[in-house]
Amino acid sequence: MPAASPEIQLRWIKRVKPVAFTACLIPAALLIWRAATDTLGAEPIETITFTTGDWTLRMLMITLAITPLRQLTGWHALIRLRRMFGLYAFFYALLHFTTYIVLDQFFAWQFILEDIAERLYILVGFTAFVLLIPLAATSTNRMLQRLGGKRWQRLHRLTYAVPILGVLHFLWLVKADITEPAIYALVLSILLGYRIVRYRRRRASQAVAGVPKRATP
Amino acid sequence: MLIRRPADTIPSEITNYEVFRRRRQLIKGGAAAALGLAATGLFALTPEASAKLKFDQLKKSRFNAKESLTPYKDVTSYNNFYEFSTDKEGPAQLAEDFKSRPWSIEVAGEIKKPKVYDVDELIKRFPLEERIYRLRCVEAWSMVVPWVGFALGDFIKTLEPNSRAKYVEFETLHDPKRMPGQRRGLFGSVLDWPYREGLRIDEAIHPLTILAVGVYGEELPGQNGAPIRLVVPWKYGFKSIKSIVKINFVEQPPVNTWQVQAPHEYGFYANVNPKVSHPRWSQARERRIGEFFKRPTLMFNGYAEQVAHLYQGMDLSKNF
Repeated sequence: MPAASPEIQLRWIKRVKPVAFTACLIPAALLIWRAATDTLGAEPIETITFTTGDWTLRMLMITLAITPLRQLTGWHALIRLRRMFGLYAFFYALLHFTTYIVLDQFFAWQFILEDIAERLYILVGFTAFVLLIPLAATSTNRMLQRLGGKRWQRLHRLTYAVPILGVLHFLWLVKADITEPAIYALVLSILLGYRIVRYRRRRASQAVAGVPKRATP
Repeated sequence: MLIRRPADTIPSEITNYEVFRRRRQLIKGGAAAALGLAATGLFALTPEASAKLKFDQLKKSRFNAKESLTPYKDVTSYNNFYEFSTDKEGPAQLAEDFKSRPWSIEVAGEIKKPKVYDVDELIKRFPLEERIYRLRCVEAWSMVVPWVGFALGDFIKTLEPNSRAKYVEFETLHDPKRMPGQRRGLFGSVLDWPYREGLRIDEAIHPLTILAVGVYGEELPGQNGAPIRLVVPWKYGFKSIKSIVKINFVEQPPVNTWQVQAPHEYGFYANVNPKVSHPRWSQARERRIGEFFKRPTLMFNGYAEQVAHLYQGMDLSKNF
């Protein structure tokens, strides 16, 4: 089935975007609602921490799914949603991090530093958050122009490292039941595996066709 | 969100459970009436009010923590009970229809006369006490819970253990039909069932160690370990095994489930100790459910005066 024409795709994506934008705010809005109505459960801080952490991982996965979806469906206009999902991943990561610093630890720097230095899952999660900062900061069109496409793209390959660290962060903090982090790990391996397979195939077909080897963007 | 009472509240000043319950029913009844459903609302109140066995005339205890209680709702909705679910809220939902009668407990091993007991036989045999204890979870949160129970030591005395009875081993019910968390999941079993715990005999007969059959003056809900559970207040919560079906007196140190699961993280003793970190998190502080600021964790969960002598000369960072 041929994909819709670029004009039709564009029209649809322009309609979908505000809906998607609002939908991504719902988890945060629900947290505020539950806090206001005192329905966050016995450990509200834990609920906020888990919810924002979950949504960070989900947004990262959605962001990583855009490229395979484009390539598999021919809906290239989907690219127009990618930055938004990426920034939402940063938004939830920022909430998650702030929850830890302010609500959970209440600026007890001595304990925070000890956590980062001594607890591997905290270090890994913290690293993932730090790596997201340059990605969010260079997400504007102007930064793309200033850096130049190549350099920008190289920097934004960190997008692959962040969810790997994020899933490890989750996996290493659970006590016994690894079901949830394992599901994220599975989704992530499909999304990254797809890229590896595609990269290998392209290299193979280029070799057959006698195209000189070069770095694949 | 912050529910605080002054630390000097004496237990008798804490809302009587009956009063609390009646208040809740009034609120529910009021809401139903407001919706124009007064008749059905009142009809629904009757079975709820008589659903749970109440314990009255409880013996006063000399071991009560003089701290404000964690509300009933939190005690019965924020639970670690992997037999039902690994979520905190899961056990309360999944254990709602858990049938804890009939229930028998096999008592075996190095005692004079091994026997199978009916749980109600035990409840009738020993005078029940209210014990207000701090509960410190290995995950660094804590509660203050008014248990109803009797000293395990009083029961052990009647069993006449012999000199080979150096340890006591406990086992939780293993019945995946009634405990859905024991069914195999996507990645196999969460824990190696049945759940097992153990104590040294001197820990087991310590007057602080109780078998609890109730909380807040009424029988234990399923998620809190109905119908009978251990409570060892100076140890991390996972030592206080729930829904016990077997008590075995043995000579060799028993294995406990969490030690099998992750031997470098959970030991046999599991005494609350702010100086010995869990490999993945600090145990120096804890969050009391209902409070915002973390509070320092106390050695032996504040029961050092009563239990420190049990561990004299032991390296607690090795025997964690």
